[in-house]
Amino acid sequence: MDRVTLARAFFGTSLAFHIIFATLGIGLSAMVFLSELLHKWKNDNDYAVMAKRWTKTVAILLGVAIPSGTIVGVQLSLLWPGFMKIVGQVISVPFQIEIFAFFLEGLALSIYVYAAERLRPSMRVLSVFLVAVGATASAVLITSANAWMNTPAGFDMRPDGTVYHVDPWKAFFNPSFFDAAYHVVVSALMTGAFAIVSVAAYRLLKARKQDSETAYHHKALFLSLSVAFLMSLITAMSGHGAAQNLHQYSPEKLAAAEGLFETQRYAPLAVGGYVDPETHEVKYGIEIPYLLSFLAGNRFDTEVKGLNEFPPETWPPFYTHTLFNLMVGIGMLLLVLSAAALAYWWKYVRKNKQSYPKWLLWCLVFSGPLSMLGIETGWIFSCSGRQPWTIYGYQTTAEAATRAENLGILFVLFTFVYIMLCVMVSIVIKAYFKRNPLQKDLETFALDR
Amino acid sequence: MAPPIEPSIAILIVWIFLYIYSMAGSIDFGASFWSMIYLKKNVQAGKLANRFLSPTWELTNTILVLLVVAVVGFFPKAAYMLGTVLLVPVSLILLLIAVRSAFMVFAYSVQGYRKTLRVIAGITGFFVPVLLISALPVTEGGFVEVHGGKETLLFAKWLTSPSVYMYMLFGLSSELFLSSLFLADYAREAGDESTYDIYRRNAVIFGPVTLVVAVITLLMLEPEAGWILDNILEQRWWFLLSTVCFLIGYSALWFPHKEKKRGKARMAVIFVALQYGLATFGYGIAHLPYIVYPYLTVNEAFTNIDTFYSLLRVFTIGLAILLPGFIIFWKLFLKDKKYLQQE
Ligand code: HDD
Ligand code: HEM
Ligand code: HEM
Repeated sequence: MDRVTLARAFFGTSLAFHIIFATLGIGLSAMVFLSELLHKWKNDNDYAVMAKRWTKTVAILLGVAIPSGTIVGVQLSLLWPGFMKIVGQVISVPFQIEIFAFFLEGLALSIYVYAAERLRPSMRVLSVFLVAVGATASAVLITSANAWMNTPAGFDMRPDGTVYHVDPWKAFFNPSFFDAAYHVVVSALMTGAFAIVSVAAYRLLKARKQDSETAYHHKALFLSLSVAFLMSLITAMSGHGAAQNLHQYSPEKLAAAEGLFETQRYAPLAVGGYVDPETHEVKYGIEIPYLLSFLAGNRFDTEVKGLNEFPPETWPPFYTHTLFNLMVGIGMLLLVLSAAALAYWWKYVRKNKQSYPKWLLWCLVFSGPLSMLGIETGWIFSCSGRQPWTIYGYQTTAEAATRAENLGILFVLFTFVYIMLCVMVSIVIKAYFKRNPLQKDLETFALDR
Repeated sequence: MAPPIEPSIAILIVWIFLYIYSMAGSIDFGASFWSMIYLKKNVQAGKLANRFLSPTWELTNTILVLLVVAVVGFFPKAAYMLGTVLLVPVSLILLLIAVRSAFMVFAYSVQGYRKTLRVIAGITGFFVPVLLISALPVTEGGFVEVHGGKETLLFAKWLTSPSVYMYMLFGLSSELFLSSLFLADYAREAGDESTYDIYRRNAVIFGPVTLVVAVITLLMLEPEAGWILDNILEQRWWFLLSTVCFLIGYSALWFPHKEKKRGKARMAVIFVALQYGLATFGYGIAHLPYIVYPYLTVNEAFTNIDTFYSLLRVFTIGLAILLPGFIIFWKLFLKDKKYLQQE
């Protein structure tokens, strides 16, 4: 691999690793907050048990989320020094505010985890609320920086690369900020909810008899399914907003995502297939007439720009089509799945006190990992769809990358540590819940919390 | 025209963060080191170190990120140069920090592997400060080469320089001194006198060691870094005052206490913190105007003026909002007897 590809692969791996834990940090802490609220409202001990057990998971995941975040934060300067030179001058404000979001989250989390017994119940709910707020705020802020890379604003650049006329707040609220931040937050909430759906469904599959444990898992499943359905719906809608934003500000990316070469009105939406680099067509895909134009501009006669409008040197890689399809496909699939599962609950589980059928539970088991895959493909799409630029129209990835040697060995070393940490996290979570079986928590967890 | 004031404010802020992190980091890493050492020999002392660590390591880590982000925001060109030159050492630090934080959390969560996990956390806690401080001599000259506009670290020279190893030794003894002192005070707050004795004894040993190592380190600087020694001698008042603070703080370990045994731990902590503060700022002034000698000065590396003011505002507002949070945190984990004395 050449130096730039190596740097990209290295950084992409670090981020792909970090984002698993960061996303769950947002999604799960929101779920803990919800169950704390439900506990107060319904006075049902099961929700307190949920809050406790989910919090434990968040605390363990955080042991990796925080150092991996530290790694990406510092690696930005190590691998993309050219990029940081501009970032420091223009868009350092969100990074700076983000630190305060981290502080908030860290303080609140330490208090919630290590001092829970010494707090009044209302203070406890407040502290877990602040955890969720801090996590969400940090996601919004980092997204601002990423959105700025896609749609740079708030500065001018001389041909020699010097930056002037800086307006940090204009850079912060760049044209794609709101769409991106909204989409990132709701997709993280969706993923946190589906993660719980997966676990609850799995537990119900393994449960042998009907007892207090299955009742508990049913409650957890219903709660997480409701959130997951709602958030899938909003994620799809906000994703639509993000796509319209692409249409307006990054037409090249949208064209690559859809494999569209000719600029046209009444453009069709290509689903599936791959882009043939020779013939410039989408092969083996399904074309839905007019739909792309409608999605992009709410009218069938919207003109959608094709790749031929742009010089081939700046075309994003064609595999972005697949990445985009994966993300949208997963979003639609999970929306339908969660709606179906809720409908089933409404019709059978609620009225007849039945359990879910095995096949449905099995489908639900896979929803969490799929949702996480949606997050990963979404980010990789956003970053690789910007290629060959790091700051769209201003700085290419080659200019941004480090010129240092030795990247290869470090890449191998970090990848090894990431894999080890993933394995360790699974072992630790398993060991913890083995030592603290649900039955024990249900029995000993008094209402006096 | 008078030189603009903003870069000086910016470097002062960065320097304050550096000072805070060096104190918090030393205590944090040192605590996990002691927690490993006393795993078997003195369970109570190890437990105390862990009780302090569990809620605080995350905040310490955030201070590190704060420091990095402040450098990038205020001095983007310094981030550029340091990022390029320090790729390998900083990457190693990152790996160690990742392993340490993760294993500390894991050790807290599962009983079965607690011992192994604490040992690994302790070993990494031992190496991180050593590597962190080894970046300092790199900024003083002699280790960076520029070829065709490309900066590189003279790796072999850096690895074999006695000066670098003296810096490492200094970082290490400071870590052990500061953390023992702090834990002694923490033990007293917890009313655990036997643990207090252990950490007080460690502090008694490592205090003078640190001082001697510091002096040798200055005497063994690389020839290219001679300029900084001259500057340090010019700033001798800072260092003299710092030494006085050390003497007061160190003697406080023997001052009579009203009801308890000898030593006023709180007073010792305060004076030693002052000692390090004075020395850090004396050194900082001596380092000016360079960030990386002789390639980059503070003024050259400085960010855009609008960005500077936005950052300054963000800092002020952010700290003001978070202050109550820090106070609550302090009360819950460093003062509350119920937490300090739990089993
Ligand atoms: C569970 C995860 C998930 C799901 C189901 C979806 N997305 Fe998404 N998407 C993300 C997770 C995500 C993300 C990880 O949050 C991204 C990456 C960068 C960003 O800003 O958000 C993203 C980016 C992203 C972008 C690119 C924005 C840019 O490059 O600046 C578009 C156009 C969409 N999404 C559109 C959609 C549509 C139409 C969906 C239909 C259901 C959809 N997404 C589902
Ligand atoms: C270039 C990209 C990123 C950088 C530089 C970055 C940086 C960081 C840093 C430095 C930390 C640790 C802070 C601490 O010490 O407390 C962290 C944690 C975190 N990051 Fe990232 N991050 C990035 C991407 C993301 C993304 C895409 C998200 C959201 C989807 C995110 C959400 C979080 C959250 C929520 C935490 C706190 C840990 C948790 O609650 O799980 N980050 N990040
Ligand atoms: C957290 C989720 C993210 C993931 C999984 C992710 C993934 C990736 C991947 C796979 C690449 C390589 C691109 C390619 O091969 O074409 C990449 C590049 C990059 N990403 Fe992201 N990305 C994320 C978020 C971010 C954010 C929030 C930022 C900035 C604040 C960012 C900045 C970059 C930069 C600077 C590069 C290298 C230059 C480039 O390829 O444009 N990424 N990322």
